[in-house]
Amino acid sequence: MEPIYLLEAWKVREMLLRRELTPREVLQAVWERVREVEPRVNAYITETWDAAEEAVREAEKDWSQGKDPGPAAGLPMAVKDILCTRGIRTTCASLILENFVPVYDATVIERLKAAGLTMIGKANMDEFAMGSSTENSYFGPTRNPWDLGRVPGGSSGGSAAAVAAGEALWALGSDTGGSIRQPASFCGLVGMKPTYGRVSRYGLVAFASSLDQVGPITRCVKDCALLLQLICGHDPKDSTSLPEGVPDFLASLEGDVRGMRAGVPRELMGEGIAPGVKRIVVSCFEVLEDLGMKVEEVSLPHLDYALDAYYIIAPAEASSNLARYDGVRYGLRVEGEDVLDMYSRTRARGFGDEVKRRIMLGTYALSAGYYEAYYAQAQKIRTLIIGDFRRAFERCDVLVSPTSPTVAFRLGERLEDPLAMYMSDICTIPVNLAGLPAISVPCGLDQGLPVGFQIMGKLLDEVTVLRVAYALEQALGFRARPDSSKGVG
Amino acid sequence: MMESWEAVIGLEIHAELKTASKMFCPCDASFGGEPNTKVCPVCLGLPGVLPVLNGKAVELALRLALALNCEILPRALFHRKNYFYPDMPKNYQISQYDQPLGVRGHLEVETEEGSFRVGIHRVHMEEDTGKTVHVGESGRIHGAEYSLEDFNRAGVPLLEIVTEPDIRSPEQAKAFLQELKSIMEHLEVSDCRMEEGSLRCDANVSVRPKGSYIMGVKTEIKNMNSFRALQRALEYEIERQIKLLESGGEVVQETRHWDADSQMTTPLRTKEYAYDYRYFQEPDLVPLELDRDFMERVRASLPELPSQRRRRFREQYGLPAHDARVLTSSKAMGDFFEEVVRLGAPPKAASNWMMGELSAHLNAQNLEVGQIPIGPAHLAELIDLIEKGTISGKIAKEVFQEMVDKGEMPNSIVERRGLTQISDQRELERIVREVVETNPGPVEDYRKGKTQAIGFLVGQVMKRTRGRANPGLVNELLRNLLDG
Repeated sequence: MEPIYLLEAWKVREMLLRRELTPREVLQAVWERVREVEPRVNAYITETWDAAEEAVREAEKDWSQGKDPGPAAGLPMAVKDILCTRGIRTTCASLILENFVPVYDATVIERLKAAGLTMIGKANMDEFAMGSSTENSYFGPTRNPWDLGRVPGGSSGGSAAAVAAGEALWALGSDTGGSIRQPASFCGLVGMKPTYGRVSRYGLVAFASSLDQVGPITRCVKDCALLLQLICGHDPKDSTSLPEGVPDFLASLEGDVRGMRAGVPRELMGEGIAPGVKRIVVSCFEVLEDLGMKVEEVSLPHLDYALDAYYIIAPAEASSNLARYDGVRYGLRVEGEDVLDMYSRTRARGFGDEVKRRIMLGTYALSAGYYEAYYAQAQKIRTLIIGDFRRAFERCDVLVSPTSPTVAFRLGERLEDPLAMYMSDICTIPVNLAGLPAISVPCGLDQGLPVGFQIMGKLLDEVTVLRVAYALEQALGFRARPDSSKGVG
Repeated sequence: MMESWEAVIGLEIHAELKTASKMFCPCDASFGGEPNTKVCPVCLGLPGVLPVLNGKAVELALRLALALNCEILPRALFHRKNYFYPDMPKNYQISQYDQPLGVRGHLEVETEEGSFRVGIHRVHMEEDTGKTVHVGESGRIHGAEYSLEDFNRAGVPLLEIVTEPDIRSPEQAKAFLQELKSIMEHLEVSDCRMEEGSLRCDANVSVRPKGSYIMGVKTEIKNMNSFRALQRALEYEIERQIKLLESGGEVVQETRHWDADSQMTTPLRTKEYAYDYRYFQEPDLVPLELDRDFMERVRASLPELPSQRRRRFREQYGLPAHDARVLTSSKAMGDFFEEVVRLGAPPKAASNWMMGELSAHLNAQNLEVGQIPIGPAHLAELIDLIEKGTISGKIAKEVFQEMVDKGEMPNSIVERRGLTQISDQRELERIVREVVETNPGPVEDYRKGKTQAIGFLVGQVMKRTRGRANPGLVNELLRNLLDG
């Protein structure tokens, strides 16, 4: 049998229900694993031993009284350090928030606590979620458990690495342009970005408000459905949260995919896709056809401009969202001659290069005289992309593509070349612009490294996305785990 | 030379909305309190928080926009106005930009000299900022040792009303602001307390040769926190600009600060470059789409406006136009008046007292109705005492002074001080006889035909009765005695 720390969360949950395991044993197993591999992986910014201990104590108390402490109880979870946790510092991997301790819980944390959340740590990430490799962290880079010389992807790289390395059973990430799906892909995991508005953003430290969404990073589609169930739903504290009811995701997994139509956007299978990745993804098309689905090429012509539009809109919103880190009320303050000087010194010291680059980009794009040429234009592209998706979904039930053009790249490989780094999000960005749900499912290995298969769905149609993902996962039977040759097997 | 110039004035008014909670969070929006006690993660701009629009604020804003005859946009948007300031927690202000709540309205203002119309460019909602207190000898930012921030006001809902440059004189500006204030009071949209800053007014002023259609270079005047300050500042600024232009100089586009102590405007900061607020649509809020039903409900529930009340005062109470105007200049005045009348006072008498003694007292003390210890019942009782002949008009003024200082009821003052008018014919006859006997000179004058000498004799009777004698009766008795 696999070690406890590598089991799927739903399996552990069943064992807990059958009393074959106790929450303490699970926590113990994962905790030992953290101590063993964390020095090499660096998945966590803050380990939350006390919080996990307390959650387990509560869970055991409930069990002993014959009560179910909830579907998340006793299942150690990594939480991206961009979600506010009351009394536990939330840094966004930035020096500017190094010692920031929130006074409130994000709505998703509140909901998970009600379900018995056993949080084991706050996971590393690219600073303020800006990056695709988790190298832009004030707390040092996270390494890919499959190959410690490679990046785990980003920005939710710490969350993905923790789950892949057995340092957590599952994790929460956030996805603005692929920050859940791309690291899930790089680490051989399932990662999902729900429809914009499905999950409350209250307490998610904002990067780009119109794009950000919280979602699960898990070892299998079933875990993904379970966790999604716990975090979805309308929140009156988030005006952009959707009022629609939440379907039973778990129940929807088993449904038939026969007769469904999967479109392959030509624009996401172009020359930027590595041949090895392309080969594996194409082989998945055949698996889908074997399942009775129709796979056909479609065109979403404006996807060619998605990256450009994204790198205007996201930095523009970020430039405004990050203005509050000024040294006045909380976080880092570097004293200066006067208030303006204090601002400059604080922000110069507190933010890393990539964050500064994007603040400058965004400020420029919103400036008088440039707004029309950049921001307004990018919004038009966004509208056109939404139209492209709408047309494609008139015909297709889902759209499919690689999650990332390549497998995990080497540490440092793209740090000096922001454009190459930005390219790694080319397949994931479009659905963020359109607000659609999408999942990445592991579908094979190229040069011994995981490849992710992306399934995109209609607005609010997580059910179909999950069903296709589950069918593919079951058909592939892909069960690879990192090994100890280069990774942390 | 002044006569050949014309001023062009536009006003920008900020009014705090009278909501229980702030614009985007449930915090208490009331004035005052220990610093930073009316705050929460949202209005402090902590990482991760999101705004949720206060429906009451929207309703109040809509009321005013409708009362100002604005067109209500079917899809209003919120924008972020980005700039760094220590008392602004997010370093952007949630405001409205190119699609505000109301546009293209107008307000008709009546004055003694006739009425004029001011176009309303826009009415929009935004959030207030906190307050910075500079600690140090100067009390201003320069030379401060350090500064403290109080975020109690941060996030309080504000309305911004921008007029078209349709105002032509400081008097008009004052009349417009008074009318707007009165409207907001009647609508119960804002407390309009200028001293607490719940009503603030900035002005854009330029001058041009009379008859010209070209706009002159304008300055923006800030820190006018009373009607008087508005009028004085504009007078000063117009004169300054005219003098500058007539001596061959040029007006510099700048923001100027009204200093009430020196009665001058001084440049606040020269804008070397225009601020770039980098407006963009607030992604944390959804567009405000007011449904027709709601709008019609609000429209139907609008209370009586000052202009309507003014008309009613003329018709219902038979008041002259001037009285009706003064009494509706604030909601409190109008309410006070109506209550005095309801308690039985003749409308014109009530009006005269309110416009005379009461207004004089309020102006002298710089107070408003509601801040003094008397209510409508006091005034109604006082008028009743005069009407019944219990006290004379002269004594009534004395009684008024006393009651307005301490809040004692007029009946009780009159009784305590024995001020009841002497209408007892026998007693007055006795006093009149005494006066006639002790003043042979004036009596002689009167009898010789100098009839005005009777005034002196009446005065003597009043003196002996300490003003309590019924003046009509005294006159009659004197004439009877002297002529007989």
